[in-house]
Amino acid sequence: MTDTRPSASPSASNADLLGLYRTMRRIRTFEERVGELFVRGLSAGSMLHLSIGEESAAAGVASAMRPEDTFTTHHRGHGIFLARGADPSRMMAEIAGKETGYCAGKGGSMHIADMALGHLGANAIVGGGIPAVVGAGLSAKRLKTGSVSLAFFGDGAMGQGILYESMNMAALWELPVLFVCINNQYGMGTRVDQATRNEAFDERARAFGLQGAMVDGNDVEAVAATAKDLVDAARAGKPGFLAISCYRFFGHARMDKSPYRAEEEELAGRQRDPVKIARAALLERGLAPGSALDALDTEIAAEMDATIDFAAASPAPPLASMFRDVFAVGEPEPEPVRTRLDRVLSKEIR
Amino acid sequence: MVQITYRDALRQALIDAMEADERVVVIGEEVGRYGGAYGVTKGLIDTFGGDRLIDTPISEPAIIGAAVGAAMTGLRPVAELMYVDFLGMTMDQLTNQAAKIRYMFGGQIGVPMVLRTQGGTGRSAGAQHSQSLEAWVMHMPGLRLVMPATAEDAYHLLRHALTMPDPVVFIEHKALYTRKEEADLTTAKRPWGKAAVRREGQDVVIVTYSRQVHYALEAAEALAKDGIEATVIDLRTLNPLDMETVIEHVEKIGRVAVVSEGPMTAGVAAELAARITEECFDFLHDPVIRIAGEDIPISVSQELEAGSVPSPALIGDAVRRLLS
Ligand SMILES: Cc1ncc(C[n+]2csc(CCOP(=O)(O)OP(=O)(O)O)c2C)c(N)n1
Ligand SMILES: [Mg+2]
Repeated sequence: MTDTRPSASPSASNADLLGLYRTMRRIRTFEERVGELFVRGLSAGSMLHLSIGEESAAAGVASAMRPEDTFTTHHRGHGIFLARGADPSRMMAEIAGKETGYCAGKGGSMHIADMALGHLGANAIVGGGIPAVVGAGLSAKRLKTGSVSLAFFGDGAMGQGILYESMNMAALWELPVLFVCINNQYGMGTRVDQATRNEAFDERARAFGLQGAMVDGNDVEAVAATAKDLVDAARAGKPGFLAISCYRFFGHARMDKSPYRAEEEELAGRQRDPVKIARAALLERGLAPGSALDALDTEIAAEMDATIDFAAASPAPPLASMFRDVFAVGEPEPEPVRTRLDRVLSKEIR
Repeated sequence: MVQITYRDALRQALIDAMEADERVVVIGEEVGRYGGAYGVTKGLIDTFGGDRLIDTPISEPAIIGAAVGAAMTGLRPVAELMYVDFLGMTMDQLTNQAAKIRYMFGGQIGVPMVLRTQGGTGRSAGAQHSQSLEAWVMHMPGLRLVMPATAEDAYHLLRHALTMPDPVVFIEHKALYTRKEEADLTTAKRPWGKAAVRREGQDVVIVTYSRQVHYALEAAEALAKDGIEATVIDLRTLNPLDMETVIEHVEKIGRVAVVSEGPMTAGVAAELAARITEECFDFLHDPVIRIAGEDIPISVSQELEAGSVPSPALIGDAVRRLLS
């Protein structure tokens, strides 16, 4: 069952701090460009959820995954997929609703998916992607693929009953599954302590017989190490749960200016910056000179700038494509309303 | 008469209902401190407090289920579902519990609750946040169903819904919240379950509801330039369904298009077409045509999204063809 192939993901091939920093910096910069895409009026809508402040969760957990592992994400999933090796240009194109995007402009920011990289899909239903990893765990176990399936979701999903049904099944059947809760302290305008009396989410998981851990997202190395233990255990048939605490730097989506929280709180929250903290640690420990980090940042900025150009230059999906993929290729497509009307209205009987 | 948006009219209805009736509480995600995802309950918590604007965890089945229990035991809950797309998660509480309790228990008790939610396209919100699911509700015995098109109706129908003895599903349209119009919000009781004739013309009847009322009126203006005069009927409530008004106009005119944003197959338009055909067969010059959403999910791409539901242009084209 053990698979020693090196990971295709850019972070996992280099789980040291510099690699984790690089992954986090790419996520941060990508998300900043998503914000820009919106401001420039190029995004498909405003329901864009940035993972700025949460980069360590994506980078750390992804570094513990293998290429054959699968995962689902919540609506704030750009970072996780980037950490798993996504092409940021195709992501940006999808966020712009373009034909060149991962889902041909049908999904958008909240529904990016890519089976080639094990991404079973981002979800706009809070908790909606969680039970699929139980099924993926069943497949892995029965088909002996050696893969682990991970569900990424927010603290808000801790309110969804389906999470508890899923955790119970995963534990009961000893599935290779890891539940990952990214606790950014808010679900829209609701602070986590306004949605629960007990924030020790790992206790809930343990009550079902899962391995449960909580880790501070400030420390990407701690996230990576804890995730590694849990992913390895899951692969061996001991499913787990990991809650990573961090702070959602900005509003829930692009139109939300967070009037429900004080500016002082935001400023303090943004001190919990895993990218900055990792950079400082790299310098302090002499793992990389400042000039090298500056060069890396510049290279990433250029890479991410190009994603906007790609998205902007890409065509909108052709209208006729809307009937495609309702069912499998080769199956009859639904009849367009216009076609049916043409047919009905040209009938001789009239 | 006041100039008011659809959103503010809804808010005013909640304020007036809460002032008039202590038992009215609002329960749902972000309804209190945040003021509602679309701002309908903004500021209400300052007036009525957190005991009556009850913010919940993200737990839709329990929100609707709790509203059922509260309605059975003395409160008049308005349970808010942020998107109608989440109806699926709550379907047991709505259809097996709320809708059946009066009947199943032999008429001992009703469930006087309102489920407020919003649906429809128009914001590039994608496949799970843009649906029109009213057919699911209309299909279920025991549920009332309201889909207001105007600010004035939004106000009066919500006020009325909060006096009804049985569960009412109240579906707003996300593209209408910022629509501002003249409205009479005086509280004299309005007829319930009565369609509104928004425009009269002798050539064709267009029967619709919610945002498509405005699209139909737009289409009718364009048709008028070609010398085609349309009657536009806004159903307002789909349960009760005012077939009387529909039949009256269909029998006079003999040509009908029914318009619905939801997917065509087994949808609201199908039900309307069937009833009109049954009831008015001898008066029809042409088959009743359905202009409805495509039988596909909604895409995030603006082009595909807009292309997958009826537009004024599609309504106009279809009506022209019908009359040609
Ligand atoms: C079932 C469901 N309920 C409500 C929503 C609306 N909604 C979208 S995101 C969100 C908050 C989610 O919070 P959390 O799970 O903590 O994720 P975060 O946004 O913080 O990443 C809500 C209430 C939804 N999309 N799905
Ligand atoms: Mg959160």
